[in-house]
Amino acid sequence: MDVVLLSRLQFAAATMFHFLFVPLTLGISVLIAYMETQYVRTGDETYLSMTKFWGKLFLINFALGVVTGITLEFQFGTNWSRYSAYVGDVFGSLLAIEATAAFFLESTLIGIWVFGWQKLSKKAHATVMWLIAFAGTLSSIWILMANGWMQHPVGYVIRNGRAELDSFTAVVTNKFGILEFFHMVSSAYVLGAFFVMGISAYHLLKKQHIEFFTRSFKIALVFGLVSSLFVAVIGDMHGVHVAEVQPAKFAAMESHWETTTRAPIHLIAIPDEKNEKNLIEIGSIPGLLSFLSHHDFNAEVTGLKDIPKDERPPVLLTFLSFRIMVGLGTLFILLTLIGWFKRNRLLESPNYLKIMLLSIPLPYIAIEVGWVLAEVGRQPWIVYGLMKTSDAASPIAGSQVLFSLIAFILLYSFLGAVGFYLIVINAKKGPVLE
Amino acid sequence: MEFILQFIWFFLWGLLWALFFMTDGYDFGVGALLPFLGKDDTDKRLMINSIGPLWDGNEVWLLTAGGVTFAAFPQVYAVMFSSFYTPLLLILFALIIRGVSFEFRGKIESAAWKKLWDTCIFIGSVVPAILFGVAFANIFQGLPLDQNGYHGNLIYLLNPYGILGGVLFLLWFLEHGALWLSIKTPGQLHDRSVSAANSIWFGLLGISVLFLIATYFYTPLYANYLAHPILFIVPLITVLSLLGVKFFLLKEAYFKAWFASALTIVSATFFCIIGLYPNMFPSNIDSIYSLTAHNASGSQLTLTIMLIVVLIFIPIVIGYQAWAFYMFKDKLSVDDLDYEEAY
Ligand code: HDD
Ligand code: HEM
Ligand code: HEM
Repeated sequence: MDVVLLSRLQFAAATMFHFLFVPLTLGISVLIAYMETQYVRTGDETYLSMTKFWGKLFLINFALGVVTGITLEFQFGTNWSRYSAYVGDVFGSLLAIEATAAFFLESTLIGIWVFGWQKLSKKAHATVMWLIAFAGTLSSIWILMANGWMQHPVGYVIRNGRAELDSFTAVVTNKFGILEFFHMVSSAYVLGAFFVMGISAYHLLKKQHIEFFTRSFKIALVFGLVSSLFVAVIGDMHGVHVAEVQPAKFAAMESHWETTTRAPIHLIAIPDEKNEKNLIEIGSIPGLLSFLSHHDFNAEVTGLKDIPKDERPPVLLTFLSFRIMVGLGTLFILLTLIGWFKRNRLLESPNYLKIMLLSIPLPYIAIEVGWVLAEVGRQPWIVYGLMKTSDAASPIAGSQVLFSLIAFILLYSFLGAVGFYLIVINAKKGPVLE
Repeated sequence: MEFILQFIWFFLWGLLWALFFMTDGYDFGVGALLPFLGKDDTDKRLMINSIGPLWDGNEVWLLTAGGVTFAAFPQVYAVMFSSFYTPLLLILFALIIRGVSFEFRGKIESAAWKKLWDTCIFIGSVVPAILFGVAFANIFQGLPLDQNGYHGNLIYLLNPYGILGGVLFLLWFLEHGALWLSIKTPGQLHDRSVSAANSIWFGLLGISVLFLIATYFYTPLYANYLAHPILFIVPLITVLSLLGVKFFLLKEAYFKAWFASALTIVSATFFCIIGLYPNMFPSNIDSIYSLTAHNASGSQLTLTIMLIVVLIFIPIVIGYQAWAFYMFKDKLSVDDLDYEEAY
């Protein structure tokens, strides 16, 4: 069996699974920290119940996030050893800094937060939660700087047969990574907000714990509205940057074949990779693609045909991922805007509440396809323009990877099912009122 | 300059592993003792809650050791972890099930459910304890490594010296965990923990002596010591602190006994690391294929930047981990289990 293919599948499975949990951690920790602060400030016990109820869901999710992260830290070595040896001098330090600066803080403080209710003052306890939220964010900065470097390598020189660090400042101020960071963190906030709104909607529909869940819903609503807008704005900037530094990905995102000026966007299109064209194109808006990529309606946009065949990413997957993400992103803005107008009449809007309950999976889908776009769209490069994925895998037997891939799938399916079940029963049970 | 940086990094690398064994070691020990010392659900919950607030932070020492290997010795990270593909993934899977078990176990009131996660905690603690020992013992011996990479598999690693290493690590952690339980648990559980610590100690002593002798015959680790006899002070500390464990145990000074055990683990790790220097992943085919601190390191710039990062953050980390340790040093009582957040 082909080691590269198996390793890609395994890496995809492991990161995508990790990323089911990370965004909720990032998003909901901020909301919980806010709720706990409100409790400290007002002394209102409802806020304390809120902290504990959402905190319990947070902890189940967190446990899964932590354990699935552990394998990732080592997978660059186990499965991508040629990659690690070639770029480790630049890439490895970012991971090491993430562990020293962020993981320690988060993991140590979680223990203190969970077991420290009676050992710390209220204020100190709430501060610990803010620090947990901060540590999660810190961790995403470093990991996204690492990913940003793979997407757009900077600050290195080729020396001694490998990529060596030349400017640390250039690596940590890489625009690609910074855009990824803001886009990713705000999308995690959207996910956290929809999670809280969805579960609150469930209880409001059942007319139970009304005060508790109305308040939770409103807090999440504001957070979600602001974040949804932010995601779209940063996403647009991100697209412009992709067009600049990764023209192949950009062309694949839009299934754009011919290099043209005043390039159009088609509302509906179906890519046909074999014949290098789109099967159908409906509802074309001339110049919009030029505008989105360069903020100029007449700009020239590189088409896929001008990119050598062996440097093109899989078009269909990249294209669909992008469409789905942007479509959902627009929907989130709409849903939170509607919520804003209904915020004081939530109980009288059962249809809206039902939609919000059913929307819980949507940000998960958006966030996963966003990554598929970023990572599949980067192919065939593992480090864009510098190293091909096919040259990166470890020199190990395919059977080993096959076995581990199967083990991953079995173990993760089991854990995912248990985690999902526990979150559902605890979410349905509702809060213990203080 | 470059030489000095590599030298420093080699020992920092050793320090991170030592701290990992010292901290997560007692978590492994407690997990491995769970079926033997925990007679009923209350006992088991006391045992789990004794490490509840701390295990996650302890585990990060492993991630840091891994991350630092990547940054400071990318070649070692690449070759070591791909060579040890299967054992490493077994360790990671074990850590995964251990980690979720703590969180999941108490979430449903059912005996079968709890039994499932108790088994997972046990496996998730014993497997890494043994495999880390096996892996490191094999590194000390040297591995079949040539220009085409590594030629071995899991079975190859299970040679006599490798297995001895696995047993040694397991006993270290069992002793360390039993001492931790002696500090943290009340009543009969406490008494059982103390007597476990007392008896495991003899096994540990025996295996340690055997290991020291076997090391002479199977590995080149003593070469550095014979060249610089002053270094023998490190294994001397190991021996003294191991005796100290028993001494404090008999005096019923469990904190001191635990610290002595921590010192045993750290100094024993350093005993091996010093003997290993400058090798990190030695070849037993020909030493020109060995990866060393000096031929497998990152660039001078990376080593410098990482040194600054580590010198700033590791003391801070030790600071707040010590704070957490201090916060949760008290003996647990059965009432503590009523606490709603307890596992
Ligand atoms: C809730 C999730 C979510 C939502 C609603 C959006 N995104 Fe997104 N997007 C992500 C979640 C995400 C992500 C999963 O977090 C990615 C993957 C890599 C990254 O940094 O963020 C991503 C990547 C990503 C990329 C590729 C960057 C790369 O190649 O690394 C672009 C161009 C956009 N996004 C643009 C947008 C636009 C224009 C949106 C308009 C609404 C949008 N995203 C909404
Ligand atoms: C957590 C969110 C992420 C998700 C969901 C994700 C998803 C994926 C997917 C689907 C692939 C397979 C692409 C293919 O081979 O066609 C992949 C590959 C890969 N990703 Fe990511 N990724 C994430 C974050 C990261 C980050 C932060 C890094 C680096 C620090 C990274 C590094 C890699 C590497 C090294 C590969 C393998 C080589 C390759 O296939 O190009 N990923 N990822
Ligand atoms: C966009 C991508 C990623 C982000 C934003 C991210 C962020 C996080 C966060 C916030 C946590 C804390 C636990 C949790 O959230 O549930 C975590 C855990 C972890 N992540 Fe990721 N991660 C990403 C991808 C990766 C990758 C590619 C690696 C591999 C190097 C990795 C390694 C880890 C490890 C080792 C942990 C466990 C840390 C602990 O014990 O506290 N992550 N990650």
